[in-house]
Amino acid sequence: MKSWMKILIGIWIAAVAAFGFAMPIGEIPGLGPKARIIFFHVPMSWLAVLAFFMSMWYGIGYLRKKDMTYDVKSATAAELGFIFSVLATITGSIWAKFNWGSFWNWDPRETSIFVLLMIYGAYFSLRSALEIEERRASLSAVYSIVAFVTVPFFVFIMPRITFSLHPGGGGSPAPIVNANGKMYMDMNMRYVFYSSLIGFTALYIWLFQLKTRINLMANRQLSGEN
Amino acid sequence: MRGAAAVFTKDLYGELRTRYALNALIMFVVVTLSIVLFSTTGETVSPSLSAGILWIIIFFAAMSGLSRSFVSEEERGTTMTLQLWVKPTSVLLGKLAFNALLIYVLNAMITTAYLLTMPTFTIQSPVIFLLTILIGSFGLASASTFIAAIISKANSKGTLYPVLSFPILLPLLMSVIDATRLSVEGAPVASAADDLKIMISYAVVVTTVSILLFDFVWRD
Repeated sequence: MKSWMKILIGIWIAAVAAFGFAMPIGEIPGLGPKARIIFFHVPMSWLAVLAFFMSMWYGIGYLRKKDMTYDVKSATAAELGFIFSVLATITGSIWAKFNWGSFWNWDPRETSIFVLLMIYGAYFSLRSALEIEERRASLSAVYSIVAFVTVPFFVFIMPRITFSLHPGGGGSPAPIVNANGKMYMDMNMRYVFYSSLIGFTALYIWLFQLKTRINLMANRQLSGEN
Repeated sequence: MRGAAAVFTKDLYGELRTRYALNALIMFVVVTLSIVLFSTTGETVSPSLSAGILWIIIFFAAMSGLSRSFVSEEERGTTMTLQLWVKPTSVLLGKLAFNALLIYVLNAMITTAYLLTMPTFTIQSPVIFLLTILIGSFGLASASTFIAAIISKANSKGTLYPVLSFPILLPLLMSVIDATRLSVEGAPVASAADDLKIMISYAVVVTTVSILLFDFVWRD
């Protein structure tokens, strides 16, 4: 990635943060200024899921081509996804304390991110328990595919059939996003939200390229020494 | 299909000759159930809580018993022989059939013991309960058989097994616990339709994915 792009990402994220905190967002029933978390928390959750998908995608790539580069990419995407899901969990949990009164409520979406964390944990445990490189690559790829096909059961089915505290869930008012997929954001809010999504995704791409290069170099050094 | 049947009969005869898995599992269930009963003496366990406890016992019993199907092949060094003689899919289907049978027998025992010892656990809608046990156990067997194939190649197999299985099994466990709660509360069959749909689609999806991916696990 060119250096001007890195600078652009930095400025972009800073601008999103500034606008996210300061931009007037209009009157939102029941949430008020607390609705601003959507600018940061939702992109983090989005990246947690995107990274998980990318990890599986590179896993499939490894199974097809048997090229270790794919395995390194798959592991890298999982590492980043883990960081973003931890961030999403922490920000969401702090927000929940102020909006719903406790840090953790086992709301369907909280359950989903918890499961995502468990999957990442299991994925890393599996990787560290396998010593032969090729075996580690293929088995962790297989595991991430199996885990991925069970995720829709949480992300899509569970929150729709069970009572949810999240805005837009079954039991709460839906000021921003409702079950029909309609969004009630005013224009300001919409611009900041989409900019934030773009900014965070660009940040992910940069981190991913950087970390992949580091991991590939580390691998090469390991095999060079042996 | 003949290969699968051969693997299934081989495992069945092996089990009937040694009764290793079944004996250990019966003792496991007795131990777990006694701990539950000791810790709930004098308490009235609510029906929904008793449904959850039942599936905790079933989950951990499955986690201690079902990994053997593949781990024992790896320990006895018979994996190569199986690879030479039988197609990968047949191995998976044979092992899955054996594990499904094992967990059906196990669940019949657990449920009977649980019904006799847990006063608040009474099944009001037997149809929901039977369907839950039938479909849920198959989904459980399907996911755990595949995870067993993965962990049989790894170090620290015993610890890794529940760790890897739990996130995969959680959607299934949530819906079976919910359906069991409904059956204890005596809800009409239609109210469990959502849970049963999730169980069926889960079993189909996991079985299909494991058949598709088993090649990569088996021949590495």
